[in-house]
Amino acid sequence: MKLKHEQSKASRRREQPAKARIDKWVLRLYVAGQTPKAVTAFNNLKLICEEQLKGNYQIKVIDLLKSPQLARDHQILAVPTLVRQLPLPVRNIIGDLSDTERVLVGLDLMGRNG
Amino acid sequence: MATLKLQRPLKKLPQSPTGLKGLDEITHGGLPKGRPTLVCGGAGCGKTLFAMEFLVRGAMQYNEPGVFISFEETEKELTANVASLGFDLKGLVEHKKIWLEHIHLEGSEIAHSGDYDLEGLFIRIHFAIESIGAKRVVLDTIESLFPGLPNPLTLRAELRRLFRWLKNKGVTTIVTAERGENTLTRQGLEEYVSDCVILLDHRVNDQSSIRRLRIVKYRGSTHGTNEYPFLIDEDGFSVLPVTSLGLNYASSNERISTGIPRLDTMLSGKGYFRGSTVLVSGTAGTGKTSIAAQFVEAACKRGERVLFFTYEESPSQLMRNMQSIGIHLEPWVKKGLLQFHAVRPTLYGLETHLTTSIKLVNNFDPNVVILDPINAFVVGENQNEVKTMLLRLVDFLKMKRITAFFTSLTSAVDNLEMTDIYISSLIDTWLLLRDIEIGGERNRGLYVLKSRGMAHSNQIREFKLTNAGIELLDVYVGPEGVLTGSARLTQETQDDAEQLLRQQEIGRKQFGLERRREAMEAQILLLRSEFEAEESEALKTIGIEKARIHRFTQDRTKMAKSRKGDATPRTALGNKDKTKTQRNVQ
Repeated sequence: MKLKHEQSKASRRREQPAKARIDKWVLRLYVAGQTPKAVTAFNNLKLICEEQLKGNYQIKVIDLLKSPQLARDHQILAVPTLVRQLPLPVRNIIGDLSDTERVLVGLDLMGRNG
Repeated sequence: MATLKLQRPLKKLPQSPTGLKGLDEITHGGLPKGRPTLVCGGAGCGKTLFAMEFLVRGAMQYNEPGVFISFEETEKELTANVASLGFDLKGLVEHKKIWLEHIHLEGSEIAHSGDYDLEGLFIRIHFAIESIGAKRVVLDTIESLFPGLPNPLTLRAELRRLFRWLKNKGVTTIVTAERGENTLTRQGLEEYVSDCVILLDHRVNDQSSIRRLRIVKYRGSTHGTNEYPFLIDEDGFSVLPVTSLGLNYASSNERISTGIPRLDTMLSGKGYFRGSTVLVSGTAGTGKTSIAAQFVEAACKRGERVLFFTYEESPSQLMRNMQSIGIHLEPWVKKGLLQFHAVRPTLYGLETHLTTSIKLVNNFDPNVVILDPINAFVVGENQNEVKTMLLRLVDFLKMKRITAFFTSLTSAVDNLEMTDIYISSLIDTWLLLRDIEIGGERNRGLYVLKSRGMAHSNQIREFKLTNAGIELLDVYVGPEGVLTGSARLTQETQDDAEQLLRQQEIGRKQFGLERRREAMEAQILLLRSEFEAEESEALKTIGIEKARIHRFTQDRTKMAKSRKGDATPRTALGNKDKTKTQRNVQ
């Protein structure tokens, strides 16, 4: 039932392109330098987004080494951390995003494409 | 190997003074500089305050800015919490002396997927350190990360890396942690932070709480290993390392009067030693407080300052009572030489008593401190703790060359000297007051049980409270034993009467003798006069007889002449007559 409900919600969104634009996903990936974990995380994220939110997302990579004060401002502790800025509520996922299912659950994308 | 053995540690590890009262004395200089120190303890034991004061003191006193990373309280909360201790955290933050950073971590809001590290935390700490040039860092309480972050193994590895990284940075770090059930910390952080571990404890004994601090471990340093009581009050943290002070205080030869001239006499004529510890013990109502008050008055008259801790009476009650025996303390209070501090012993724990006492002494800077009475602290079986507390206090007072005067109430049932045995070793001069019950009344007796370093009297003195203060009297020592009070008076009058009687007897005897002598003389006189009378009579008869003989001889010669006889007169007859007359005379 739940699955069905999600599907209908998703289809409703696709029917209304104007609202979809507002619903554009804004994702921030916090990393600390070009570490293997950072690269892995970015690649994993890119893959998931392409699959789930094609054309409807924006990924911003923030290198804390370059702007360390942002770590405080955004309460970042572990890296890599993925923050879903939009849609609200804000959600955080830490790790290199290698467990796709957990990422989908974390971003509330589960079942979007069935 | 032999040379290695002979080598002695050349110098201590560098240390970073904490500025926490007493802690630097226990650690002989502070926390290990540039290394992490673990401060652990249960909830509410003062970990955060310990860490915060370390930073604040560092920033204010040692010009070492510090970073406070809080995992529990926000910057605002922290600032508000320590403001009550007089720390202006806001100002320090504005002047870039302190960096406050709250790390918020809500486990339920965070999902995780795959591998991670804590580089974000490293960056934040690094940024904070660089921003203010920090030398000190506090992580409070880093264990909060455990419920919030996945994969404890990764977290542990990261923490290990963090501590090593901090050590490499050369910042002196305090890591606080909650105490575990069987381990020092819940998450076993002591494995990672092993240079110095300090355990804070907050326990409740007989309804009073005691805070204690112990240095579990301190690499490369000698340190006091005891549990030290500590206190958190409006001046912050203070540890009392008094037992760590050696017995190396300078002793004084100066003597001060007890305020009771005859007691001075008993103490080889000069009174107590300055800076010594005096104990007056006795059963209820024997005048312990009065002796104390008399001493107080004497000290104030010399212009000395006296701090009077009274645990059973209020100052006004005490002053009123002392007034009745002619000791006026009120003027000295007004003059500021005498200060009372009256609290019930049960108000707070022994440690708090000790620390507040020490603080008051430090503030008032007295020459004499009175504790009346010390046994008020003894509740149940805590004699040992009381002794430890008094030991600390005595040591502290001796260091400051303050004369300490304790009174102690002893139970009449027990042996008077036994009941105080637990503190006996601390005491230099011990006066014992006791009741002497004779003839249906109680009287007070005083004697010097011991007095170190002076020849003191071994006599019991009767001790009287008069309108003009304390008076010591000789007790009656006679064949009847030791007598006091009216028994003494009775005995004394009885003695006096007896003496009078004897004197009268002697007088009488002397008088009698005189009379007899007079009688004898009179008799002699009489005899002499009788004799003289007889003598004159006899002499008269002799004269007559002699005349008669003479005449007789003359007559005979005359007769012979007339007869013209040739015979010579018979002298033989004359001789015979002569003897006859002589006999008659006699």
